[in-house]
Amino acid sequence: MPRIVVDVMPKPEILDPQGKAIVGALPRLGFTAFSSVRQGKRFELTVDGEVTEEILAQARDAAETLLSNPVIEDVVNVEVVEA
Amino acid sequence: MTELPLIGEAVAVAANAPGARKLAGAKIGVVTFPGTLDDRDAARAVRLAGATPVELWHAGTTLGDVDAVVIPGGFSYGDYLRAGAIARFAPLMSKIIDAANSEAKLPVLGICNGFQILTESHLLPGSMIKNDHLKFMCRDQVLRVENNTTAWTGDYAAGQEITVPLKNQDGQYIADEKTLDALEAEGRVVFRYVGFNPNGSRRDIAGISNAAGNVVGLMPHPEHAVEAGFGPELGSGTEGLGFFTSVLNKIVGDNK
Repeated sequence: MPRIVVDVMPKPEILDPQGKAIVGALPRLGFTAFSSVRQGKRFELTVDGEVTEEILAQARDAAETLLSNPVIEDVVNVEVVEA
Repeated sequence: MTELPLIGEAVAVAANAPGARKLAGAKIGVVTFPGTLDDRDAARAVRLAGATPVELWHAGTTLGDVDAVVIPGGFSYGDYLRAGAIARFAPLMSKIIDAANSEAKLPVLGICNGFQILTESHLLPGSMIKNDHLKFMCRDQVLRVENNTTAWTGDYAAGQEITVPLKNQDGQYIADEKTLDALEAEGRVVFRYVGFNPNGSRRDIAGISNAAGNVVGLMPHPEHAVEAGFGPELGSGTEGLGFFTSVLNKIVGDNK
């Protein structure tokens, strides 16, 4: 069954405390190449049947209203992934 | 709401206060979502202030005849997705949003998770993210009342410092600079942290209001500082009671 993948990231200008904690932990494990980490969210919306334009529009709408908070987050990607 | 025995001096103070009888007729709704923790304490604070608390269930579709609403703290829906994000779409919330924006300007107080729900509802600007130090924090917190003209702060003096408990993980208040400047210019920063900023909130902001002053949200918990002997050790321990007496006096004043 096809899925619609929605990726949400904290806005670039907003300090991401979780990403900051992760970037602090990486060198302790020997991963020294990374100067910054930002942590986002990935949602997978499963569709029974074909993904029509109307269903995709619904996913975009849901991404803006519920899945993200536009004050602190951006929807960076909405795409269809076939099973 | 189940009657609890009332303890301590605050009872006598509330019962003997001028206009106590009129106050008791005022009804203040307290909303419960799945995962709400502090609804009982909020209801108790309402009663100690001299009014009648009314239980409101998140799935309800009417506010009845309440004169004000408290959205208490807790972890509605386990803080899943974002704190307050799912609660914001509960059937009762659309009633609260309409009533808060209506001409009658229903007084609404959001405490902690309630504040998060109010920002997710866009009744208040900005948002809360994880504390800058990433830890859950619980402490007695000093706040300064920056605006005593809102529906919930009229019984305080402007600039008064009060101590109430604070307990949160996602308490860092953020908004863009333009919004912060506007909040400051319009006097809508209602409370500021004093001495120590417990979560990295922009400009030490602990609580804000909407433009009309009927909707107020803050991270710390005034409802846990309403009873002598059971609140913070610093100060009188009952310095949160003013929130609830303020709204009562506002309600009674409006219905004169």
